Amino acid sequence: MTKLLINIIDYGVGNTHSIAHVLKYLGYSVRISDNHDEIKNADALILPGVGAFDVAVSNLRANGLEELLNELVLVEKKPILGICLGMQLMATYSEEYGYHKGLDWIKGCVVKLETSPEFLVPHVGWNNILPVQKEPLFSRADSETNFYFDHSYYFKTDEPKDIAAYVNYSFDITAAVQKDNICGVQFHPEKSQNNGLKLFRSYINSIEQYA
Amino acid sequence: MLKKRLIAILPLFNGIVVQSINFNRYLPVGKPEVCIDFLNKWGVDEIVAIDITARRKHSTVNFEQIKRVSEYCFVPLTVGGGINEIEDIDRLLQCGADKISINNNLFSNPDLISKAAKKYGDQCVVASIDVTKNENGYYIYSYLSNLVTNIPLDEALRIAIGSGVGELLINAVHRDGTYKGYDIELFNEVCSKVRVPVLACGGAKNAYCMIDLFNKTNVSAACAGNFFHFSEHSVNTSKRLLIDNKIGIRLETHANYCLNSFDSNGRLLKKSDETLEKLLYLKIEKEII
Repeated sequence: MTKLLINIIDYGVGNTHSIAHVLKYLGYSVRISDNHDEIKNADALILPGVGAFDVAVSNLRANGLEELLNELVLVEKKPILGICLGMQLMATYSEEYGYHKGLDWIKGCVVKLETSPEFLVPHVGWNNILPVQKEPLFSRADSETNFYFDHSYYFKTDEPKDIAAYVNYSFDITAAVQKDNICGVQFHPEKSQNNGLKLFRSYINSIEQYA
Repeated sequence: MLKKRLIAILPLFNGIVVQSINFNRYLPVGKPEVCIDFLNKWGVDEIVAIDITARRKHSTVNFEQIKRVSEYCFVPLTVGGGINEIEDIDRLLQCGADKISINNNLFSNPDLISKAAKKYGDQCVVASIDVTKNENGYYIYSYLSNLVTNIPLDEALRIAIGSGVGELLINAVHRDGTYKGYDIELFNEVCSKVRVPVLACGGAKNAYCMIDLFNKTNVSAACAGNFFHFSEHSVNTSKRLLIDNKIGIRLETHANYCLNSFDSNGRLLKKSDETLEKLLYLKIEKEII
């Protein structure tokens, strides 16, 4: 079996270096690129993202990446993992600084966290999650596993079946989504120490099985 | 439940981590990559690296150094020091920083914060505010002139929140490096006025100071600089004491000190001979992920 090649999509607003470093640490071949041909021949894609929705989505469109990703993800069914904003981009639309259309891969919207007063916004720090679908993201996770969150908006999905894990912060918030070959996490596995490493290992192992 | 955080602050003086005393005396600690590697292995929750010489030299934090040291950091890394342009922030995030900290430009260029928050989201921007106390109350301290300014704390909080920062790192200069404990009154005042997470810094002597801080205030994180550097496993031993005192915090390092006792200064006490005898035969396997 040839080694998997993971491409981190570079569209200007991601902490690409952090994610690449963690994957290299686990021994994978990683490339950070926005080149269409390079993205096409990767075995798996990671859509990172730190930032505001409108800037991110317009960068994706400006680079012609939206069309390419629609083709690769929806037609060719290439595995993709969205992280933080990268996951939120998969929604139908977002209400962050106005109304912005997303990639619409998983039905739902991204809305501001409206919590009761004792819960501060942004939601920052380590919080326990509640996985509802163990495979592929949480197969190595303990029953009480925590990850590092840092967000002010959250992904409200239309279909509960698209949710892979919840996190409770004033109410149950989407912590991870999955639908066929599409996965996304609200937290930052690349910054969650061993729990994050385990998540990447589980996820990439699951892809290797089918590769 | 969201856990409280322990954050290590690394002041960088010409690229070297230093111990800071009252913001005017500095003692060298060592290379940042070594500090970050250890803190990370000891299970710290976040690291804040601030170049305290960049602004004075009219330069920015050393991007290459940040890129190098971030490789040792598997927890969120906040970087600050001489950030003037949105391009500096772009570059820092590409170099492995996860959040950026703005201090001086909060007053001289609040637009930068609004722009950064719009581009990268409010959760990415931390306002670092240096506060000191005089007879009239809490005032902002300028580390550039080493003088107290006439800006009251309230004004600084208003500017920070108004420009859209995601977190406030409040540094009690009058406690910095003094080991007198956190200024509880200050942090209660700040927490009552804002609805973003507050990170408390200045004066930590041992884990009991942190327990006191979390019991008496609503801050999200206890920060310390000096205190973490001077004993082995300073992070995980402190976390053990916090957990023993019912503070919800993350402790997942293999060495979790659950069978240890501590003295009144938070120092680890020796285990009984019987326990040590048994430990000789305990094989600890490295976890493979």
